Amino acid sequence: MTEHSTGKGGFVARDRDWHPAPYHPPYKTSVKRAPQAALLSFPTTASEITGPTFGHGIIGPQDNDLIHNFTGESAIGPRIVVHGRVQDEFGRGVGGALVEVWQANAGGRYRHRKEGYVAALDPNFGGCGRVITDADGFYEFRTIMPGAYPWPNGMNDWRPAHIHFSVFGHSFAQRLITQMYFEGDPLISLCPIVGSIQNPDAVKALIAPLDKARTVPMDALAYKFDIVLRGRRQTAFETRPEGL
Amino acid sequence: MVQPLNVLKESPSQTAGPYVHIGCTPNFCGIGGVWAEDLGARMKTGPVQGEEIVITGAVHDGMGMVLKDALVEIWQADSQGRFPGHDAEADPNFTGFGRSPGDMETGAFRFETVKPGRVRWTDGRWQAPHISVWIVARGINIGLQTRIYFDDEAKANAEDPILTRLEHQGRVRTLLAARQEDGSYRFDVHIQGPQETVFFDI
Ligand SMILES: [Fe+3]
Repeated sequence: MTEHSTGKGGFVARDRDWHPAPYHPPYKTSVKRAPQAALLSFPTTASEITGPTFGHGIIGPQDNDLIHNFTGESAIGPRIVVHGRVQDEFGRGVGGALVEVWQANAGGRYRHRKEGYVAALDPNFGGCGRVITDADGFYEFRTIMPGAYPWPNGMNDWRPAHIHFSVFGHSFAQRLITQMYFEGDPLISLCPIVGSIQNPDAVKALIAPLDKARTVPMDALAYKFDIVLRGRRQTAFETRPEGL
Repeated sequence: MVQPLNVLKESPSQTAGPYVHIGCTPNFCGIGGVWAEDLGARMKTGPVQGEEIVITGAVHDGMGMVLKDALVEIWQADSQGRFPGHDAEADPNFTGFGRSPGDMETGAFRFETVKPGRVRWTDGRWQAPHISVWIVARGINIGLQTRIYFDDEAKANAEDPILTRLEHQGRVRTLLAARQEDGSYRFDVHIQGPQETVFFDI
């Protein structure tokens, strides 16, 4: 990692009003899975500024191709390319970031023993993939368009089509799991999980636009999904010891 | 009006949902053959330096029920307080990173690792041996951060900058892994309630 790709100081504090509320009663499971006591704040130390590093060596040639990586045969559904850039809050690309994704198949069904939806399994779709960003933070993978699916929460709640993202930056303090939604999906505004995010601009940050310029003619549509991880402060005038 | 700051906002978190294991530990949940081994399944890749330890535990919700769909990740220094990948001297056979999906039936997580050495606080003081923890699951809208300390490190714990700083000193025990008779450590996480684990905003 180069010095200009990351600051050298501690991390900028998380904006907890921008993130979803941990306790959001319309998303019922959150009620008993949200801490009630105040979180303890302290400056990031070496334990949080460092983090695991994963080399390109762990990535197989089909890891970023969810259309084919389960059986080698083509999965069913509209083919899409998802691409974007992982950057920090200062716009610096985060190279070498590990991006892991998982999703339902075109019918909205997951390959999981706890899955109860009646939609058909696709024998050629596993639903997981991963990719490591290039030196400037760019990534891309291809998959099929996931279907919307119903889930047990309210009487009739449906998840908008989405892809789950797990991202490792350079530091354990940057660890993030989120979801990507698709431009134009009317289910986004009805979803209690999306609704745990109170700020409409924050919701927009998770909606990927159709990217006609990156489509593959006669093959795949494309969506762009940029990801922002926490940034580290510059240190030219950093005071040590850091104030508490 | 003023100039824009041109600072970006961090991507908002979303819950990992009930199927986090498909993406993060596919082999564990029966999706074999996509890649050979789940990430973080082994923290030791050869003979390691220091004391080898086992940590088990579970994550409990506000009703005292064990979560069976959580994913727990840990990150730690090696036995000499060096971070793998960040310190050229670090133990080459230790990854420092563990990921446990929890047992399908009991929800118990398990890490086979080494007792971490001490690392310094921002002002140079020594912290007590600890392991950074990150927990996600269905119903958790933003990952929970905490630390595992060790109940047999009384002297180091007594001078640790975080443990000594907790206003409610009675909650220190929620951060301590307890040495068991078989030599392993037990660490239970309580998301809410009277035993609520101290979570961090780091
Ligand atoms: Fe989902």
